[in-house]
Amino acid sequence: MRALRRPVGVAGLGLLALVLFVAAFGPVLWGERATVVDTGDLLAGPSAEHWIGTDNLGRDLFARVMVAARLSILLALAATAISLVLGIALGAAPMLVGRRLGRLITSAVNVLVAFPGLLLVLFFAVVFGVGARGAALAVGLAGAPAFARLCHTLVAAVSERDYVAAARIAGVSRVRVLLRHVLPNIAEPLIVNATMAAGGVLLTFAGLSFLGLGVQAPSYDWGKLMQDGLNGIYVHPLAALGPGIAVVLAGLAFNLTGEAFAAAPGRTRPLEAAREPAARTAPVAGTSLSVDGLRVTIPGPAGPIHAVRGVTFTVGDGEAVGVVGESGSGKSVTALAVAGLLEPPIRVDANHLVVAGEDLMAAGAHRRLGTSLAVVFQDPMTSFNPAHRVGPQLAEVSRFHQGMSRKAAFARAVDRLRAVRIGEPGRRARQYPFEFSGGMRQRAMIGMGLMGDPRLIIADEPTTALDVTVQRQVLELLAEVRRDTGAALLLISHDVTVVTDVCDRVLVMYAGRVVEELPAKDLRTLARHPYTRALVAAVPDMETDLNRPLAVIPGLPVDPTQVPSGCAFAPRCPFADDHCRAVAPALVAGVACHKSAEVGR
Amino acid sequence: MSVLSFQEVSVRYGAHTVLDDVSLEVAAGQTVGLVGESGCGKSTLARAAVGLAPVTGGRILLDGRPVPNRGRRPVQMVFQDPYSSLDPRMTVGESIAEAMPERLGKKARQAEITRLLALVHLDAARAADIPGRLSGGQRQRVALARALAARPRVILADEITSALDVSVQGAVLNLIRDMRRDLGLSMLFISHNLAVVRYVADHVAVLHAGRIVEHGPTARVLGAPQHEYTRHLLAAVSLKEQK
Ligand SMILES: Nc1ncnc2c1ncn2[C@@H]1O[C@H](COP(=O)(O)OP(=O)(O)O)[C@@H](O)[C@H]1O
Ligand code: SF4
Ligand SMILES: [Mg+2]
Repeated sequence: MRALRRPVGVAGLGLLALVLFVAAFGPVLWGERATVVDTGDLLAGPSAEHWIGTDNLGRDLFARVMVAARLSILLALAATAISLVLGIALGAAPMLVGRRLGRLITSAVNVLVAFPGLLLVLFFAVVFGVGARGAALAVGLAGAPAFARLCHTLVAAVSERDYVAAARIAGVSRVRVLLRHVLPNIAEPLIVNATMAAGGVLLTFAGLSFLGLGVQAPSYDWGKLMQDGLNGIYVHPLAALGPGIAVVLAGLAFNLTGEAFAAAPGRTRPLEAAREPAARTAPVAGTSLSVDGLRVTIPGPAGPIHAVRGVTFTVGDGEAVGVVGESGSGKSVTALAVAGLLEPPIRVDANHLVVAGEDLMAAGAHRRLGTSLAVVFQDPMTSFNPAHRVGPQLAEVSRFHQGMSRKAAFARAVDRLRAVRIGEPGRRARQYPFEFSGGMRQRAMIGMGLMGDPRLIIADEPTTALDVTVQRQVLELLAEVRRDTGAALLLISHDVTVVTDVCDRVLVMYAGRVVEELPAKDLRTLARHPYTRALVAAVPDMETDLNRPLAVIPGLPVDPTQVPSGCAFAPRCPFADDHCRAVAPALVAGVACHKSAEVGR
Repeated sequence: MSVLSFQEVSVRYGAHTVLDDVSLEVAAGQTVGLVGESGCGKSTLARAAVGLAPVTGGRILLDGRPVPNRGRRPVQMVFQDPYSSLDPRMTVGESIAEAMPERLGKKARQAEITRLLALVHLDAARAADIPGRLSGGQRQRVALARALAARPRVILADEITSALDVSVQGAVLNLIRDMRRDLGLSMLFISHNLAVVRYVADHVAVLHAGRIVEHGPTARVLGAPQHEYTRHLLAAVSLKEQK
């Protein structure tokens, strides 16, 4: 019950409980009072005895409002149920019937959704005739297209998942796939939406009864009571307002509840206040990037995630440094921190974090950094704004940081696209990101970094999403850019081969720490940390011995919320002993392992 | 052990030809690697064999007869994305049981689940877990167990290690080789990673723009490539590895 942790959720659920209670027990508790005719007290105003007065037969109106709750709520729920069931049937039908019929249903639904809802309600109400049942059918039917569309979208998303394909291949019938795999996985959003819709339906119903199209005497719901009270609205406004308030409150109850469930965010515990401000240290001279004691902590549902736990390294001017490690080891978070892209509630601490001469721990540093830092990410589709053309997006950089005119900036953008070897750069600059292939987008991203005059390029898995052949082009391009501009490179990859190919030096990360740092050429042969060795051995290459099983690293990476006090690799390390499990090894002379002397032999 | 053969298979979506006259045979007990860059039609070929892609020309035969494309397929497929291949709301045991050909009693079903989990080197206790509690590598092994539960004659593995860390990839590849050795499975193993294909496949087919451009024993195709495109692929790898 995550929704309960927010005031809106508490208010909504409390109100809903009250409304449902009245609906259930209203007729029992107030039923008698609501029918007592008192001819001596007709159309009376509010009094101690009759809180909101009496009607034209002298019956107590408050009691009648309470009694009417049951019918009003039941009708609203019935209509919502009709909408929901019809909606699910229509929305799921395209999955069950053939492609052509499915498309027909979908377009019919789309047309109906475009119709004004109230018009549909009135149309159906006339078709089904006045009365409670006709009104329920009308409101239910009118609400169906919206649910059908929602359901269709949700079903389509789930149907694309591989487990649905797997079930089909395993011979599970379409109907069973729908019941077992699809509906359970879309139930949550559907129920949330139905709850919110019930609030609206309640209002619509009250409207219909008010217009005389809904509930007919002697039955009465809130809408009917409002209609009855209307005659005396100027004398006894509460007679009409009373049921109106009930409608609003009940509608709110449904809406707030639904809303609270829909919006309930994953619970995260806020981080405890920062420790002592880290001691300031001076950056290493002659570096484009100097990091000392970087820690990144992310609030999470099961307590803080220690994504990076004290990382110290440098990237010399013009040097290329690679970072390798399993996913979750903190590579990307390190890159984001270094690029100054992490924001509260994520906490970044460091003794210093100096990029191209600017200490990112100081205020406003990111802006002063300007174009001396370029960043390339794994998925270039998300790095570009899909709604803008590529050229102007590149130009934006120069206009913002270098104050170029629109025309000059665009010319430079075209020039940069040419520099990253994109054919017909003039035409390409006027295209949208989706018109570029993955490799081309990645090159354009590098081109964007080159709009200025970068001293450091940070590239996080720049080739992971690309094919081998395109990968090579992008890597060659990076190498070429570095030759031409003298920029330093921080290259992050889970692919050991890519890193050894491009970089001078390699950092190996495990559980948020650097466990080894060594020249790239030594990675395959001279590694001293058991994890580095295991990582390298696990990669098959074109010379791997086909007669032996591949080396594997047993066990799982550490849970970043519960990092052990000793060496984080100990549970998976063949060399581990009690000392390892108790005392975390520090990074000394390029390796963080108590037994590196032994391992290296 | 069975033979899966694609005979002049074409797949077209509207005017767009994805596969053009592809002929390929996965012989009994053999692992055939299918390589090529993304978008060249590798997955489509596999999906066509299980009725998930429309075959517009040619035939796909299993031991000489058309592969049925409804009901439980004798050809099973394992997918790339470990995070989408298992229903997040079903336990591992339920997912596996769903693919079993016959309705078993509770006890027999448990025993069969345990046997299948053991085949993919997972503990029987995993049967009660939901996928959210498994790592990517463990999920892929469950997906394999589910495919095996259907008693397939051929398995199609579509980039099953691409989304995994190298540390986990090794374990899955070893498993694939064990299974071929112990169960004699025929398999079409799709990957864009040549080193991986070299490790698991007896034969390699190279797919380029919807056509098979080269096909033969792994050692021959990767050792002495005949086609220009194969050489191009190999050059990309060796450049990465030359250091
Ligand atoms: N936005 C986020 N919210 C919560 N946890 C995150 C977030 N980003 C990263 N993490 C966690 O931080 C740790 C390090 O992640 P990451 O730097 O992405 O690893 P890598 O890049 O090495 O794969 C992981 O445990 C990851 O789950
Ligand atoms: S410190 Fe001990 S447990 Fe950690 S890597 Fe070294 S030998 Fe293994
Ligand atoms: Mg990452």
